[in-house]
Amino acid sequence: MDFEFMKSHIPLYVEAAKMTMKISLIGIVLAILIGLICSLIKTLRIPILKSLVNIYIEISRNTPLLIQLFFLYFGLPKVGIVLSSESCAIIGLAFQGGSYMAEAFRTGIENVAPIQTESGLSLGFTKRQVYFHIVLPQAIATSVPVFCANIIFMIKETSVFSAVALADLMFVAKDLIGIYYKTDEALFLLVTAYLIILLPISLICTWIERRVRYAGFGNTSPISGN
Amino acid sequence: MQDSGIQVLFQGTNFLRLLEGLLVSLRISVISMGLSVALGIPFGVIMTSKNRVIRFFSRIYLEIVRIMPQLVLLFLVYFGAAKHLHMNLSSGAAAVIVFTFWGTAEMGDLVRSALISIPVHQYESGFGLGMTKIQVYWYLIIPQTIRRLLPSLMNLLTRMIKTTSLVVLIGVVEVVKVGKQIIDASRFTIPTAALWVYGMIFLMYFAICYPFSRFSAKLEKRLKD
Repeated sequence: MDFEFMKSHIPLYVEAAKMTMKISLIGIVLAILIGLICSLIKTLRIPILKSLVNIYIEISRNTPLLIQLFFLYFGLPKVGIVLSSESCAIIGLAFQGGSYMAEAFRTGIENVAPIQTESGLSLGFTKRQVYFHIVLPQAIATSVPVFCANIIFMIKETSVFSAVALADLMFVAKDLIGIYYKTDEALFLLVTAYLIILLPISLICTWIERRVRYAGFGNTSPISGN
Repeated sequence: MQDSGIQVLFQGTNFLRLLEGLLVSLRISVISMGLSVALGIPFGVIMTSKNRVIRFFSRIYLEIVRIMPQLVLLFLVYFGAAKHLHMNLSSGAAAVIVFTFWGTAEMGDLVRSALISIPVHQYESGFGLGMTKIQVYWYLIIPQTIRRLLPSLMNLLTRMIKTTSLVVLIGVVEVVKVGKQIIDASRFTIPTAALWVYGMIFLMYFAICYPFSRFSAKLEKRLKD
């Protein structure tokens, strides 16, 4: 290990980590929005829109992000649509993450027992009130574990973007290996960078999951030793 | 439409070559999936152990897999192992190792959650009826676990197939690489080749993954009723 080399290249990694986090953040926010809208459309059974949402979810879930990116980045310019690698990355991440989020919210909504809606209605709430004050809060609580897993999944997925020349962590590591042949150092810094970004998020997620479960939502399996 | 560029897919053996490339990716995912199932089932059983040390270490393994992007793992094995263990791993072998490492952890977690989702009274009733421990597992627990496991197993398989698209980045000659070769070869004759080739690969992956995810959704529905 060449520590001098590592030290002098830390700034490069910091820059790249900022890029990774920026893309992840924008992508995740967009994906949550897309997911919420799609799951609302699906559970409220709005005609036509519902089928469109279904088509989107199936396409997005059943194709690799890398191929979506290649199509966006190398394919589309041929018909005159030129996207920068940054916008490609954001579009790709939101497109892929949106369907995952939509499924997370939908299962959450479906898991709220029908009796909750019925009780709400019989208490004189309007349909909309039942939805926003009774169903949604519970649905969000039950989908927290999947939701967290999706966020981590999406940050991990950003590693693919180096393939369309986005200057992220993966890209910097590849560069250092290619130029200086410092494989160990580059890989060590790469792993450390991802740990620094993802470990806290993973810990926070576990903490939140536990809190939500204590609140009486979510999985209450008979053997909940761990 | 004469010059749309779609003909690039059907020139010479191009389409056949793309299919062959796809087969390379599929082979990697099928081998890794088989190994992951074989190793993941015992791992999942181990994870339900009451021993704290065992639980701690399996937890760490799972967290590593959860946190590190698969692409990073691929780089670690492909570049790292080659240098330190003086193994000249082919990129295909590196891919299988990484995907098995990843799949075993995911599979283990699925097995674990399926096992703990079986209500305790199933065990108790079995014992109450005078069955032995082996009988309880064989006739009651394992069949129910498998039923609960199948949908998520299918999901894992589609994820594995999708993720194998990454292996092009460590130099496996699979469908994307073949696609690039075709695009490069027809750069001057058919400038729009990239659109069609990547579009085709996109459809190919969809055609493979979609039946699996439909099947998994169907199983899940049947499980609910």
